[in-house]
Amino acid sequence: MDPVILFFLFGLAAGLLRSELKLPGALYDSLTIFLLLAIGLKGGQGLATQPLAPLVPQILAVIVLGCVQTLLAFAVLRWLFGFDRPNAAATAAHYGSVSVATFAVAAAWFAARAIPVEPQMAVILAVMEVPAILVGIVLARGVDKDTDWKALGHEAFLGKGVTLLLGGMAIGWAAGPKGLEPVSALYFDLFKGILALFLLEMGLIVSRQVGELRRRGLSLIAFGIGMPVLSAGLGLGTGWLLGLSVGGMAMLATLAASASYIAVPAAMRIAVPQANPAVSLAGALGVTFPFNIIAGIPLYHWMASRLAGATP
Amino acid sequence: MTATPLHTERRTLLTVFCEASLEPLLVRDMDRLGVGGYTISDARGKGSRGVRDASWDEARNIRVEVICARAQAEALLAHLQARYYANYAMVAYLSEVEVLRPEKF
Repeated sequence: MDPVILFFLFGLAAGLLRSELKLPGALYDSLTIFLLLAIGLKGGQGLATQPLAPLVPQILAVIVLGCVQTLLAFAVLRWLFGFDRPNAAATAAHYGSVSVATFAVAAAWFAARAIPVEPQMAVILAVMEVPAILVGIVLARGVDKDTDWKALGHEAFLGKGVTLLLGGMAIGWAAGPKGLEPVSALYFDLFKGILALFLLEMGLIVSRQVGELRRRGLSLIAFGIGMPVLSAGLGLGTGWLLGLSVGGMAMLATLAASASYIAVPAAMRIAVPQANPAVSLAGALGVTFPFNIIAGIPLYHWMASRLAGATP
Repeated sequence: MTATPLHTERRTLLTVFCEASLEPLLVRDMDRLGVGGYTISDARGKGSRGVRDASWDEARNIRVEVICARAQAEALLAHLQARYYANYAMVAYLSEVEVLRPEKF
């Protein structure tokens, strides 16, 4: 098993045993900033060596993917799981958006196995954060005059995640692989070590979702595992239509399967205050995140290999 | 040596504890209601919405303190109650304080 996953399990165990272990909140912030910048830089330096025009259809396709996933999750939560409208919409937005930590674990998993992944996946990560937030808000309250689209747009497009990813990408693209050499020791060589520390903290955070999961019973666990597998299928299909490599398809499936816990909770808290944030977070963090990093990524890669093998 | 007596005046202190995600909204509200100054600090604790231990974004609380005239503090408190009490973790209260330099508040 990957050491980064072991760090996660260690944090989870320490949290469940109510250990005194506690990382400072400022460290969580710093590690998040590092991961977002490193992913952006890596993607940006890859983009520097290829034309940008083919990106346009890919970006449009993943925007549609993000919207479809959110609508699908909303329908499932509303009609199959009996959620009320605000909670179904807010939770659906979490599942339609993406998780940077899951992306980072997948990037490390593919790198360790020398599976090539297209560099534009970092662009796709940034793009896929946004549409689900807007769709989720419309699902929760419809389109009315009171909607402050300026504030919501600001929150969605200029949140911490998208800003750092796009900023890192712009720097990586402008500097190119050669120009980045002086900083590559920090951002690329140390990536896995810092990801491991981040996952230790994630384990601690996930352990705190257990109480809410107990209250909700099996239904949230069923949704938290069923939805990512369904979304991964949509992601694989989109990747196949776009002609991505096996690694690219598996990464897009992973992105589709992942559920946001940075940008979306903050936006939903403001835009859909009636929704209980504990429910969405227990699903996204307590079930989907561990499922994706432990079982999901290898599964999606296997599915992508089968799909590529089946089509000459 | 004779000590000069301190000349203080009464003002009202509004203290608000709430989840950190509300900070930008509260700042906007206070600017709109003409509040001249306020202090915001990080906080953590436990209440009806569980333990808020500030370990990461969603578990963060803040404390907002505003010293102003009674009428303005009441207006702000009424606004908080109407706008946020139903759906957000929030505790707010008024207390009387004595200040120097009353023209500041």
